[in-house]
Amino acid sequence: MAVDYAALKAGGFMRQKQKNTFSMRLRVVGGTVTAEQMSVIQRVADKYGKGYIHLTSRQGIEIPFIKLEDIEEVKAELAKGNVLPGVCGPRVRTVTACQGGRCCPSGCIDALDIAEKLDARYFGRQLPHKFKFGVTGCQNNCLKAEENDFGVKGGMLISWNRDDCIFCGVCEQACRSGAIKISDGEITVEQENCNHCGRCVTACPTGSWQGKSGYIISVGGTFGNAIKRGRELLPIVEDEETLMKLADAAIDFFDENANPGERFAKTLERVGWDQLENKFKEIYNG
Amino acid sequence: MADYNITDTVDITDVVCPVTFVKAKVALEELDNGDILSIHMNGGEPVQNVPRSIKDEGHKILKLITNDDGTFDLIVQKAGD
Repeated sequence: MAVDYAALKAGGFMRQKQKNTFSMRLRVVGGTVTAEQMSVIQRVADKYGKGYIHLTSRQGIEIPFIKLEDIEEVKAELAKGNVLPGVCGPRVRTVTACQGGRCCPSGCIDALDIAEKLDARYFGRQLPHKFKFGVTGCQNNCLKAEENDFGVKGGMLISWNRDDCIFCGVCEQACRSGAIKISDGEITVEQENCNHCGRCVTACPTGSWQGKSGYIISVGGTFGNAIKRGRELLPIVEDEETLMKLADAAIDFFDENANPGERFAKTLERVGWDQLENKFKEIYNG
Repeated sequence: MADYNITDTVDITDVVCPVTFVKAKVALEELDNGDILSIHMNGGEPVQNVPRSIKDEGHKILKLITNDDGTFDLIVQKAGD
């Protein structure tokens, strides 16, 4: 019987050089794997693979050297420990994320929560080509938002309250973009220079600076054969509902306009960035 | 003019991150609660990061003084555990 390699690939089995041998890709969201999952992955790698796993460049796990004849058994075994197969090929791939505001002092958003929601919404969706989501908690950009087809970066919309301010001067220095100016009992923000990093908020000793979480969205990033940095088409987005609407719009735009085997950046270049930008603006402006 | 009396000073301009914060932290540990430490630091990364770290340790920041030579003095009141 002929082996349906396309179906195996769609189900996360990557064909190896070695005949009838596959590296099995697992479903991981934001690089988070539970102890229970690790335990079953360890057993499977030991019993059906070669006793090791491979960590992919996008926070995924692969178990190499799985034999064709063991595939169904391996899937059943992994399912017992709540481990699902990943995907490969022309569809929505692993959603990457840092731990964001859950653990990190710099995190402006709950990056993992957003990643889980994006995963639930789109993971494995068939498209003209691969499509990658990445979520990073702040301007430190540990998760490299702009290298994804749809990148999300946490930011803060800042505001200053005079009542609590002791005019110590820390915020003016904490701001790396020189947007904060203090003079004669007054603090001003040059909004066009503010990059929403939220450092004034985290550095302020009195809580005079307050920040509201927001999402900085980039589209059309890719870091493979042709490297493109994702572009920001909108100002910072203030609510999650709008973020999800924009994600819907981006992925639908890609689905409708991309040629087979064409990444998002190429589609946008060919069809026109302004086409998507207009759709984005409609959503942003409500 | 100043409404605080400096108990001790520490110079962290001779070290780089993350030792800047460590040196300041050690200096604070040697003080009693309520004492005031003046931390002399360079511009750039130290002044961007050290105040936040001091705040996260629970100490009270009173003032950041900008000097003419591009250095800064952070005035901190030691807080208890």
